[in-house]
Amino acid sequence: MSLPENKILELKEIARQLRVEVLKMLTLAGSGHTGGSLSIIEILVTLYFFKLRYDPKNPTWPDRDRFVLSKGHGAPALYAILARLGYFNEAELKKLRKINEMLQGHPYNISTPGIEISTGSLGQGLSAANGMALAAKLDKAKWRVYVLMGDGETQEGQIWEAAMTAAHYHLDNLCGIIDANKLQIDGSVCEIMNVEPMKEKWEAFGWQVLEADGHNLHSLSTAFDQCEKIKGKPCMIIAHTVKGKGVSFMEGKVGYHGVAPTEEELEKALLELR
Amino acid sequence: MVKKLGTRDVYGEVLVRLGQQNPNIVVLDADLSCSTRTCKFAEAFPERFFNMGIAEQDMISTAAGLAAAGKIAFVSTFAVFATGRAWDQIRQSLCYSQQNVKIVASHSGITVGEDSATHQANEDISLMRNLPNMSIIVPADGIETEKALEYLVKYDNRPVYLRLSRYKFPVIFDSQYVFRKGKAIVLEEGTEATVIAIGLMVSRALEAQQMLKEQGISVRVINMSTIKPIDREAIISAAQETGAVVTAEEHSIIGGLGSAVAEVLSEQCPVPLKRIGIKDCFGISGDADELLNYYGLNAQSIVQSVKEIIDKKKKV
Ligand SMILES: Cc1ncc(C[n+]2csc(CCOP(=O)(O)OP(=O)(O)O)c2C)c(N)n1
Ligand SMILES: [Mg+2]
Repeated sequence: MSLPENKILELKEIARQLRVEVLKMLTLAGSGHTGGSLSIIEILVTLYFFKLRYDPKNPTWPDRDRFVLSKGHGAPALYAILARLGYFNEAELKKLRKINEMLQGHPYNISTPGIEISTGSLGQGLSAANGMALAAKLDKAKWRVYVLMGDGETQEGQIWEAAMTAAHYHLDNLCGIIDANKLQIDGSVCEIMNVEPMKEKWEAFGWQVLEADGHNLHSLSTAFDQCEKIKGKPCMIIAHTVKGKGVSFMEGKVGYHGVAPTEEELEKALLELR
Repeated sequence: MVKKLGTRDVYGEVLVRLGQQNPNIVVLDADLSCSTRTCKFAEAFPERFFNMGIAEQDMISTAAGLAAAGKIAFVSTFAVFATGRAWDQIRQSLCYSQQNVKIVASHSGITVGEDSATHQANEDISLMRNLPNMSIIVPADGIETEKALEYLVKYDNRPVYLRLSRYKFPVIFDSQYVFRKGKAIVLEEGTEATVIAIGLMVSRALEAQQMLKEQGISVRVINMSTIKPIDREAIISAAQETGAVVTAEEHSIIGGLGSAVAEVLSEQCPVPLKRIGIKDCFGISGDADELLNYYGLNAQSIVQSVKEIIDKKKKV
């Protein structure tokens, strides 16, 4: 039951609007992570508009699926989608990173509905997701856990501790996603500290590995469907993406990792996203 | 003969009982379950016990995830690894995220003994004390360990660090003892100085109090088992009423009980203070009792410090 064509068109439009929202938020905030927010839009759209079961009116509904943004710096994209779904007022987006407001620079579960656990220090989200998946198994519950990591993030040793844990405990209710945008802060992942061959590494750690075009809703939804059918082991989706996706002068540019667009850049970007 | 109990032994047994009473309790360990005594829980409730292998960072964040999904997670390993290896995970996944995870660490302090400095945690309290939302409890004996564990399951749903030992402690309390987080206990009343102690050093402080009493010197003895949040009132009234304070801990004098007491005194009621503890150095191998004497963690050095501090008080 992957995505029908008319639904794909609708979701593409939502993705476009979310990119606009993210760029506006970041420009208003004057700081934040642009590239890594734009690369995860389709992943989040597929999850929140196709795969996850949740209730924005009841964010702690016990049977909800859990989503953990392990690469916490992608927060603007997550905030935009949560606001759109009604977890909180869309007006909050304009106050991102401002003093005494809800939306912190990185996801904070205590202040923000829809955030399962605080992230920002990289490498911890997969372990936390494993813990949630273990709890679901103990409770014989049906809900599933999704966790999104950066490709650079997988350089953290804890990721590989958690990789072993998920396989060891047969966490087939867990789906990992790697935003394989090929970049980190100081340069390209392969130059800074090569994580390839990723597929073989995760397979060697006992995972089923799927690859997807991380900007193609059909490819992503098919992968998520496939992932759900895997039994006895965790599944990792390597989603091939472009950092800064959607804005030509940001795409594949290391320089847009941790800087917000200026007013002029925003104007230029919005023209492209019409 | 004084009765002695290992705080970790008590933990192992109480955990099984708590596990029977509360099906929500889960336990994680990092390949030290025999030493930390969580093996007893593992035996009783294999499906609720997770051995995480030698991976402390993963263990802490996994516990956070279990807690986020409604479980009460106990996490155990040696104190040095629990606090040092996984500090950032404790900070973000537990404290900032406010998860119901109870870190119960064994093998704290110099009494780890022969295993040497790599395994002797003299800095763990310091590492935990600077974390918002973290509570720190150091039981003075097996009974207090039991009561604290029961209290924490019943009344507390924030991160906590419970510091246990390999070394067996003399039993101080009886089974009627009531533990309350954040409440210091005055074990002996006295007028000329106060000894504030934690853990093993509480029994040593009581010994010292007897020795001093025989010499005609009256000291108050306080068990400050909750280091955070610390009982400020107990410290201030001790300072006001006895005019001098000695702290005693099996931990570095930097960042632990001595520092916590110094912070309260210097801001609210400055009086002469002396801190007994490990003096900013790494430990060495040796028999636990010999090491305690070597580092001055005994009744004699408390007696001497009390005399010094009373002299100092008189000169001020
Ligand atoms: C433990 C930790 N170390 C360093 C950082 C700083 N940091 C933030 S983002 C980032 C690069 C992340 O690269 P990647 O995971 O590939 O993310 P993306 O490309 O999707 O932005 C770094 C080093 C951090 N947040 N956490
Ligand atoms: Mg990247």
